[in-house]
Amino acid sequence: MRPLIFQTATRTPPGRGSDRLKAEMVEDTEKATKTLAPEEIPLEIHDMTVAYHKKPVLWGIDLTVPPGSLVGIIGPNGAGKSTLIKSILGLVHSSSGWAKIFGKPARKNLKRVGYVPQRESVDWDFPVSVMDVVLMGRYGKLGLLKRPKKEDHDFARGCLEKVHMLPYANRQISNLSGGQQQRVFLARALAQESDLYLMDEPFVGVDAATESAIIALLKELQSQGKTIMVVHHDLGSAKDYFDHLLLLNMRVVAFGRTSETFTLDLLQKTYGGRLTILSEVAEAVRERGQ
Amino acid sequence: MMKRPYAILLFLILLLLLAGTAQAESIGQLTDTSFGEQVKRFLSLKDPSVRYALLGSILLGINCGMLGSFIVVRKLSLMGDALSHAVLPGVAMGFLWNMDKDPLAILIGAVTAGLLGSVFVSLITQTTRLKEDTALGMVLAGFFAVGICLVSMIQRRLPGGNQSGIDKYLFGQAAAINSDDVMLMAVVTIAAVLIMTLFYKEFLVSSFDPGFAGVSGLPVKVFHYVLMLLLAFSVVISLQAVGVVLVSAMLITPAASAYLLSDRLHRMVSLAMVFGVFSGAMGCFISFLKPGLPTGPFMVIAASLFFVGAFLFGPRHGVLLRWWRRTSRSQRVRRENTLKAIYQVLEARDFKGEGVSLRELAERRRETIEEARQQSQALQRNQLASLHEDGNLILLTPDGWQRACAIVRNHRLWELYLTNAADYPPDHVHDDAEKIEHILGEEVVRQLERRLDYAKTDPHGKPIPSLDDAQKGGGSPGHDELIGYGRNN
Repeated sequence: MRPLIFQTATRTPPGRGSDRLKAEMVEDTEKATKTLAPEEIPLEIHDMTVAYHKKPVLWGIDLTVPPGSLVGIIGPNGAGKSTLIKSILGLVHSSSGWAKIFGKPARKNLKRVGYVPQRESVDWDFPVSVMDVVLMGRYGKLGLLKRPKKEDHDFARGCLEKVHMLPYANRQISNLSGGQQQRVFLARALAQESDLYLMDEPFVGVDAATESAIIALLKELQSQGKTIMVVHHDLGSAKDYFDHLLLLNMRVVAFGRTSETFTLDLLQKTYGGRLTILSEVAEAVRERGQ
Repeated sequence: MMKRPYAILLFLILLLLLAGTAQAESIGQLTDTSFGEQVKRFLSLKDPSVRYALLGSILLGINCGMLGSFIVVRKLSLMGDALSHAVLPGVAMGFLWNMDKDPLAILIGAVTAGLLGSVFVSLITQTTRLKEDTALGMVLAGFFAVGICLVSMIQRRLPGGNQSGIDKYLFGQAAAINSDDVMLMAVVTIAAVLIMTLFYKEFLVSSFDPGFAGVSGLPVKVFHYVLMLLLAFSVVISLQAVGVVLVSAMLITPAASAYLLSDRLHRMVSLAMVFGVFSGAMGCFISFLKPGLPTGPFMVIAASLFFVGAFLFGPRHGVLLRWWRRTSRSQRVRRENTLKAIYQVLEARDFKGEGVSLRELAERRRETIEEARQQSQALQRNQLASLHEDGNLILLTPDGWQRACAIVRNHRLWELYLTNAADYPPDHVHDDAEKIEHILGEEVVRQLERRLDYAKTDPHGKPIPSLDDAQKGGGSPGHDELIGYGRNN
């Protein structure tokens, strides 16, 4: 039976439906991660809640990502997809809960994370070259005070090669198209040599060639045993691109293999209508806080 | 700068040694001399006070240029302005400490006031709905007002208050810089250069992408506060030379000029330092020429002139060069259109007859004879055609003929490409081809030819001139150089 809380037409009577906050973790995903040692689990989130200006955007997120999976994070606008990534990385303060990366608290293990922020998050007129940006991916490994050496330059060149941007290495970044900018960000994340990649909308505003280049690269990373989580907007391609899906709308609606989560029922729960009670409570919390 | 930081340090130390050998002399002796003598006195650097003033201005330029670059790329220019105004009450308090111009007391007071100002700004933005620009504007003005009150109070309380030198902090007086001030400026500048050099890569990444820098394990906030602290220090040490009112211009203007001229941060920083040093030295020099001239305004005018230069003459983003490139492009397009028209006139009469008359050209282009004459003269100037019979007959030179063939070829190939490959109807392709014909390079044309199987006619049934046609044109008998007709000859 469909839980009342997800219905849009009828209002849920007060006091009911509150027991149905737990996400539908598809069974075999849960099983797959249970047998693993903690340090083998790329990402584990427990009861994470995040609020912007006293208005909650993520509620009690629980998530265990199996190693080597290529996860698409999908959900409507304002579902908290980017916020989830930022709160894992500690860029956004979470009011409760924790995230662990390979068994250690996330903030202490950021060295194993590669991060691709949203393209619009930086000023593309900044006076740096493509190479400079990719070298930034090496900074975490270099540590304070040390300068990038020849090996780092070579490595960065290899990363640019992988995204077919090597000819642009010495260009200033403002001369790049949207797709090229995205590939530079991707090369920078590759230069981080991580085991877990978090990418915030890498497919937004890129051309078809870049999109297929990115997806080929993601599959290659996955074949090397890396775990990748991608915030994604386009439901149409999500099914083909990812082997796991995280359906998110302020909370985890479902997480599991694409074949089992990409169902009409679950997508309706994610997109169809607003989560009446949650958004009402959120509004109430905000008002009381003021 | 970041590649050879030690050279800069060495230079600074040399300058300091130069200053150290100087005997302190009273500034009062510098008045009442002629213009020429003053210039000589400044340039010979024999006068220690000149040396202090110049050295102070140079140190100021280095400091402001370097930190200003980071302020500009972090979009904190307004912050620099607010901070510089906010330090004034601190300067006055430092002066009040023992009623003397003690550099250290003033430094401490000013830095405290500056930091207090920035705390107020973040307090206002975090606890109210007001945005940062509003908070900055308020704090800037409020602190400055308090500072002005304190300064005028000090001046009234001291007998002969103008001798206190406190008023020099408003508009700057490089001549008032003494050896203690220079020492302090040098220490702060060396510390700032060292810190920015050692942590260049951290400042780079945290300025460009703070989120990513945080994920790379950098304490982004710490670097931000270090930068703010260095900024406060550099504002304070610059006050005496340039003054509270204009110090932010010395932070922003040299860096802005450098931003226009460079597309790498390290080059921008070095260039901003050069601009800063020259602006500082020039302001110092001009204010030295006449007693009582403030330094700050002249430094800022010099810096602004550098900016105007960068704005107008910058090789990539300079307005003049851009204008020139645009003009020469549009002239080239006009010439090519004239050549095309001549070709079409010739084509209309099967390339028979000598040359093209002005009237034919004017009719073809739907223009007056006078306009056609101007265009034909432009062709002549570029050796694309020669004029005969009082300029009424145009004969193309071999170059002109080849160019005309190439343009027509580009035009028709592109039309054909659009209709064949992009499925445009033939009556939709002309306007597009009118623009593209001037842009296509030889390589793209070859590609087009290959894709179109070396087609002979365009969608409107007109022949596409081939490379052979272009070559052949030059060989018409009796007219080795001047031809305007007959590829069939």
